[in-house]
Amino acid sequence: MNLNTLLERHGGWLESGPEEGPVVSSRVRLARNLHDTTFPGWASKEVHDRVWNEVVLAFDHIQDGEDFLHWRMDELDSLERELLFERHLISAELAERKVGGGLFVSPDECRGVMVNEEDHIRLQSLQPGLKLQKAWEEAERLDDELEQSLTYAFSSKLGYLTACPSNVGTGMRASVMLHLPGLILTEEINPVVNAVSKIGLTVRGLWGEGSEASGHMFQISNQITLGKTELEIISTLDQIVLEVIEHEKNARLRLMETQKLRLHDHIGRAYGILAHAALMSSGEALDLLSGLRLGVDMGLLPKIKRQDVDQLFIRIHPAHLQREAGEALSPEERDVRRAQLIRNFLEGK
Amino acid sequence: MKCDVCEKEAVVHLTQVLDGEMKEVHLCEKHAKAQGIDINSPISITDILMGLGEAKQGIASELSLSCPRCGMAREEFRKTGRLGCPDCYNTFMAELAAAVKAMHHANQHIGKIPAREGVQTRVKSKIARLKKDLDAAIAREDYEKAAGIRDQINAARDQAQGGES
Repeated sequence: MNLNTLLERHGGWLESGPEEGPVVSSRVRLARNLHDTTFPGWASKEVHDRVWNEVVLAFDHIQDGEDFLHWRMDELDSLERELLFERHLISAELAERKVGGGLFVSPDECRGVMVNEEDHIRLQSLQPGLKLQKAWEEAERLDDELEQSLTYAFSSKLGYLTACPSNVGTGMRASVMLHLPGLILTEEINPVVNAVSKIGLTVRGLWGEGSEASGHMFQISNQITLGKTELEIISTLDQIVLEVIEHEKNARLRLMETQKLRLHDHIGRAYGILAHAALMSSGEALDLLSGLRLGVDMGLLPKIKRQDVDQLFIRIHPAHLQREAGEALSPEERDVRRAQLIRNFLEGK
Repeated sequence: MKCDVCEKEAVVHLTQVLDGEMKEVHLCEKHAKAQGIDINSPISITDILMGLGEAKQGIASELSLSCPRCGMAREEFRKTGRLGCPDCYNTFMAELAAAVKAMHHANQHIGKIPAREGVQTRVKSKIARLKKDLDAAIAREDYEKAAGIRDQINAARDQAQGGES
């Protein structure tokens, strides 16, 4: 199966969606394991293979199963695995694991299943903008379809049994990716992050667990998975995210009213450097693209589409740059190509 | 991004919230290790909670316990915070129960039930409930009622078998 099928397009979750200014995407992930089967981290290669084969068979029996693209991690090289990671389709853990792991992904990249990651099955559903309910419905539908062929490890007391007790119960992690430059510029991000953390939700950076908030991107997700229904978890997260969005919008309004010059300067400088730099590290690019995205949201850059900026957020990463170049690039060469990619995009805009 | 301690390129970036202040920490591989951070496995709440559990170790015979199905030893499970197989939940229930409660502030699942599991799980809990009623009826010497409950249990068992096919 060829990875180019994915690269010719962008993910369907980068289309436009509700609250799309501050919200990039909504995601629901379900952890599932096969009944009577050792968890991937403790299992032998034979077990990994058996699980993979069972999932392949399960996909044969679902409605649009044949449309899903799938790869075993060991048939991909490290660059290809990194590419899938950069597109948020696999975790860093699966990208590194190589042996036994695999991925199924729908052609629009909105639904996927990681096989033999920490759990046998990590099903994910991505939606553009704030659409947690829809993401949950899509995830549940795929879950129901797979379950027709697979028997899950389940206990009436602890729910879906997972390799890590922190996921037990619903096995569900719902998250929203937020772009919060207004709260950063007004230096109000700390109290907001702190308040969100206090009510049992987790705030993480762009790449999830242990990552920093590059590009002013934050992921907010539920921490608790047991003792609440899926819809309760989603509705709490939804409410809190709406409040954070309100804070972000207010921060942007205040910037516009009281610090208009500073705001224009911030966005103008981001645009200027992106349009003319000859060398650009990914860290710098993410920060400046954040300024550009804010400019688009505030109506200051009418010729630029937000979705195009969101795509750049993915295309500037090392594996994507090297894939487009068709060869391995040194970090310095990547900085050149990254700057070039962004300059070309902004030309005439 | 440079390491906060030395001039090397930082490979670990942590965002921590301490006393309401968000702090970013950047460390190179060497200094991350010095801080006890394993680059390949992010610190999770499980590790912290299982670590806390270490303080109150159980009786000696429990320490050498391992899962009869997958062979995971208690020591291994404590070290990684990850279980070996679904059966480990039964094997290590004694110490898991507290950790699960601390993590989730709950110990009973009320979310989705697999359709396949659904009938049997629901019937199982129904039978458990009826058996309790049966014991109570017999204790009161209400044999007429007990016979009725027995019939219900048998019907539920038939239903459970029907659900399997």
